Amino acid sequence: MTDQSLIRARGLVKRFGDFTAVDGIDLDVARGEAFGFLGPNGAGKSSTMRMIGCVSTPTAGELSILGLDPVKDGTRIRSRLGVCPQLDNLDPDLTVRENLTTYARYFGISRAAAKQRALELLEFVQLADRAESKVEPLSGGMKRRLTIARAMVNEPELVLLDEPTTGLDPQARHLLWERLFRLKQQGVTLVLTTHYMDEAEQLCDRLVVMDAGKIVAEGSPRALIETYSTREVVELRFGESPLEGFRDKLVGIGERTDVLPDRVLLYADDGDAAVNEVHRRELAPSGVLVRRSTLEDVFLHLTGRTLVD
Amino acid sequence: MVTTLVASAVTRPGVAPVRVGAVVNRNMGALRSGASYWLVLISGFFEPVFYLLSIGIGVGALVGDITLVDGQVLPYATFVAPAMLATSAMNGAMAETTFNFFFKFKYAKTYDAVLSTPVRPIEIALGELVWAMMRGSVYTAVFLGVMVVMKLTTIGWALAAFPATMLVGFAFGAVGMIFTTLMRGWQDFDLMATAQFALFLFSATFAPIQNYPVVFQWIIQLTPLYHAVEMVRDLTTGHPDWGTAVHALYLVVMMAVGLYFTGRRLERMLLK
Ligand SMILES: Nc1ncnc2c1ncn2[C@@H]1O[C@H](COP(=O)(O)OP(=O)(O)O)[C@@H](O)[C@H]1O
Ligand SMILES: [Mg+2]
Repeated sequence: MTDQSLIRARGLVKRFGDFTAVDGIDLDVARGEAFGFLGPNGAGKSSTMRMIGCVSTPTAGELSILGLDPVKDGTRIRSRLGVCPQLDNLDPDLTVRENLTTYARYFGISRAAAKQRALELLEFVQLADRAESKVEPLSGGMKRRLTIARAMVNEPELVLLDEPTTGLDPQARHLLWERLFRLKQQGVTLVLTTHYMDEAEQLCDRLVVMDAGKIVAEGSPRALIETYSTREVVELRFGESPLEGFRDKLVGIGERTDVLPDRVLLYADDGDAAVNEVHRRELAPSGVLVRRSTLEDVFLHLTGRTLVD
Repeated sequence: MVTTLVASAVTRPGVAPVRVGAVVNRNMGALRSGASYWLVLISGFFEPVFYLLSIGIGVGALVGDITLVDGQVLPYATFVAPAMLATSAMNGAMAETTFNFFFKFKYAKTYDAVLSTPVRPIEIALGELVWAMMRGSVYTAVFLGVMVVMKLTTIGWALAAFPATMLVGFAFGAVGMIFTTLMRGWQDFDLMATAQFALFLFSATFAPIQNYPVVFQWIIQLTPLYHAVEMVRDLTTGHPDWGTAVHALYLVVMMAVGLYFTGRRLERMLLK
């Protein structure tokens, strides 16, 4: 897989002073893949993305992007990447169209080609009618789409998206997901970070779960759920608290129990059977929900914490 | 040695003129879109002209003619005008590569997005420097025009002085950028402004340096604005000689050193 790897990291470390933000991670991302970093705030996702984007120098470890060394060949690597950073950094002094054409010039794209490319991309992200507007009046979702369009001006082989939909309303998120899905179908390699499990499930072929600078698990969303969780989860709420006492009362039902402050999670392959058993023991929950297992459950199991706090 | 420095500052892993041009292009785009920028542009022009009128004409009426060491006798305004010109070339370039540059990368985050492109930090710096010179040369050209109209120089010597003022701008602009990479915050700009003002007062601007004590003369001869003023004055008064070439060489070295250290420091600072 190594000569196919667009990104290869071994023991990659990033320190800020004596604080270690990325703590020795290994990565292999193949061409055409949609690869995700799933983890809570502060996990080290952005620090990793910035090293991959060649705008931050690794403190230790090996890193190769597109088969090149980011320290020596930063310029050559960046010319083949598209980057959508966590915070939009569009140019407020320029119009929507100029944000694309000016950016294209940084890649050495000719004026005429840049103009053409901007037209196509504004069409692609559905901003053609705002071409002459300044950036400031755009909504959050529009700015995000413009940033993604900007990341595409150089027809990159690899696109880095740091939390592409954080802070957007559901409609804006779905529109973005749909555009990203099209990019993926065109064969563009996508690497994204997110702390939304549904986003990871929607977009990623494969992902790593990151926590406190380390990778704690790796696999496809389905494989992760199969490995670290059960097929279904029963959420139980009880009128009384604390809930800790229920741990003993639920022993033997399903495979595992997690007691959260407001609810108890029962991991079971057959949720309905588990619920029947709860009722048979006359535990009288005030609320019962049987649902499919998600990456959230995987994360909770691996780290003992929830993803979004 | 100078050529090596310039070459290594500029070619070290390959500066591409196309990308430097793209940075200039961005600033032109921003200028077109922002009305307030024009005001800044225009106000930068008046300062040296006001100095010229008040000191050159006003004070000049009291002082009369002055005699230089080589025996040249000049009306005071003719003596002062090239100093104002050199100083304004210094101030214009430094305003752009210190104050504006600092604001752009620290607060406006103008370059954050640019760093993700093939453009290298030194190319951003060069682009800003070229942009500063494009702006500065508009002032310079207008000021030289005013000098011709006021009969303080001839058209021919004004044309010869024009590239010299560009050199002044490049040299101070490049060194200004090193300061920018060392700035801890806005308070450091006060220090720099004070230093610039001291240079402005003593660099053979208002009086020939022979009027000062000898020790003082030596110190002045080490400082950059002195060389800028003397070089520009030699040209606008129509008396270039070998000394003029020495002044020019001083400024070329200054520019090379400026670019070399800026390139090294910027990379470390921006690619954290
Ligand atoms: N430039 C920096 N200087 C100091 N600490 C930083 C810097 N960038 C990130 N960190 C710290 O590193 C940790 C990981 O941050 P980050 O990579 O942004 O995480 P994530 O993107 O997963 O939320 C955080 O604790 C953050 O405060
Ligand atoms: Mg982040």
